[in-house]
Amino acid sequence: MSATLGLWGIPLAVLGGATRVSTPFLFVSLGECLTERSGRVNLGLEGTLVMGAMSGYGVSYLTGSAWLGVLGAGVIGWLLGALHGFICGKPRVNDIALGIAMMLLGVGLAFFLGKPLIQPTAPRLGAIPFGSFSDNLQLRAALDVNVLFVFGVALAPLLHFGLQNTRWGLVVRTVGESAEAARALGYDVNRVRLLATAAGGFLAGVGGSFLSLYYPGSWNEGLSSGQGLMAVALVIFARWSPKRCLYASLLFGGAGAIGPALQSVGITTGYYLWNAAPYVLTLAILVASSSATRASADMPAELGVAR
Amino acid sequence: MKLEPLLIPLFALLASLALFGVFVALAGQRPLDVYFEMYRGAFGTWFSFQNTLQRACPLLLTALCTALPARAGLVVIGGEGAFVVGGLAAAAAGVALAGTPRGVILGGLFAAGAAAGALWIGLSGFLRARRGVNETISSLLLTYIGVALLNHFVEGPLRDPESLNKPSTRHIGEANMLGSIPGLDVHWGLAVGVLACIAAYVLMERTVFGFAAALVGGNTRAARLSGIGVASIVVTTCALGGAAAGVAGAFEVAAVHGRANASLAAGYGYTGVLVSFLARHNALAVIPVSIFLGGIAASGGLLQRVFGLPDATVSVLQGILFVVLIASDTLYGRIRWGAAKGAHA
Repeated sequence: MSATLGLWGIPLAVLGGATRVSTPFLFVSLGECLTERSGRVNLGLEGTLVMGAMSGYGVSYLTGSAWLGVLGAGVIGWLLGALHGFICGKPRVNDIALGIAMMLLGVGLAFFLGKPLIQPTAPRLGAIPFGSFSDNLQLRAALDVNVLFVFGVALAPLLHFGLQNTRWGLVVRTVGESAEAARALGYDVNRVRLLATAAGGFLAGVGGSFLSLYYPGSWNEGLSSGQGLMAVALVIFARWSPKRCLYASLLFGGAGAIGPALQSVGITTGYYLWNAAPYVLTLAILVASSSATRASADMPAELGVAR
Repeated sequence: MKLEPLLIPLFALLASLALFGVFVALAGQRPLDVYFEMYRGAFGTWFSFQNTLQRACPLLLTALCTALPARAGLVVIGGEGAFVVGGLAAAAAGVALAGTPRGVILGGLFAAGAAAGALWIGLSGFLRARRGVNETISSLLLTYIGVALLNHFVEGPLRDPESLNKPSTRHIGEANMLGSIPGLDVHWGLAVGVLACIAAYVLMERTVFGFAAALVGGNTRAARLSGIGVASIVVTTCALGGAAAGVAGAFEVAAVHGRANASLAAGYGYTGVLVSFLARHNALAVIPVSIFLGGIAASGGLLQRVFGLPDATVSVLQGILFVVLIASDTLYGRIRWGAAKGAHA
């Protein structure tokens, strides 16, 4: 490494790390945002994320195409979301409790089916080298941006627009704000929620494939450590807005990149404590953005019923 | 229809065993053989039954971490975190008290474990009561923070320099460790766990406090209007549950490992959540359910050896069981004279 950047390498590495670490957050939170806008909570996205990581890696390994892996992960996520949506459609089934169950099932299934995938190497996703103009290796590493991240960044305003300005967005929001009103208008509330949960699962699965196919970029059982759950908390912080989900994901990504960035310049004291930074941040944000006396005005009203 | 809370979970259990059979068949094994080996590995011999009881010990206590707050209407799933920080605090106390009499060491060790666990889940309850923070998410976030703390302390400040391959705290000393219950090869955590479940049952079903908690769980507004200190009930049930899980972690140190290291985070906290849901958050029902799930966990080793199935097989069965169980909630009030409508998982 010729021209080192010294301490400037830290913010640069955090910035570069943020685009990598934030991508799973971004996809899961956009998916959960869509699901929650329809009035349902899917806490099981942590399991979906891990299943997506495993199946994405598996499909990529078997077909030799990383992009097919991404698609496969999305399909698995879609199926898990549909299962959650279907069971929750039954009377008296609690979506929070089912989410916990689906989280454990997803992780268990992924570990079971993923056992043969720990050894082999699957084709990985490539990156767009935005930093190719520079000779500095650190800068180039920081500016290597994965296509999925770009997709996610584009998806956020798209989903925002879709929810605010299209017919299906209106239907989803109506179902989320008042199931009674939606029913009176002739919409099948359970069907809309099932589709919204399945679509959310698709996005979470894609987010999982990023973990195994790009960063960290292999399949193992320690791949996800609560990113799926943090993304659910992040939706509350983003007050159910896809655009704010994007900003919040970048913030979380930055927090998650601090530990590795410090390590990359040789600061290893408190490495494990820095690893806890995203969780502490999530908790702090939840404390700051919640209120004991009233629900957030942006919260879909049907979520309040479920609590 | 007092039979429903018994029959429906039983039905869910059978349905999930059937689904698990399909899964096992897809993995290329004969389901009946697998069931038989699981029975043999869990309850078949005196040896395997003791193994089952050994694994049920932590579950008895971590299940209370979900069951007690559930009475007040909370869904706490952070028992793993309370277990881990409880174990870490216990090991730290045990090492700090080295040189004092055995009774002092063990007393301090368990007090530290209970206090750390109570603090951990109590914080979740406090945030819930004061700031309206969702306790399900906060308790799970605290679990990740707890595991990070464990890693930090066993790799750094509390590390035994002689633990090379697996960073650990110093050993509390073989002579100071807890022995087995006479006549059994199971440590005292079993007796304490059973007593704790009975105590929790009495507290929740036979005392004013338990009644107030049930009122908070049933209708928080009504409870507040009738003058019940909702916040203190929420925090207390959470802290008690956390203390139970913390004590479980302390037993893991005092009776099994003798020190704290990464093997504390073995998933007993998560299985405890399943136990509590399967027991419908009834502290007495936690006892048989813990033994049952302890049996499933104990049979995992045999499944690996006999069939070459991965260790995650047990997690898959637990996951299926959990999902089917929650789905079976839809059956309540719909069974008439044994003409049950089947639930699809």
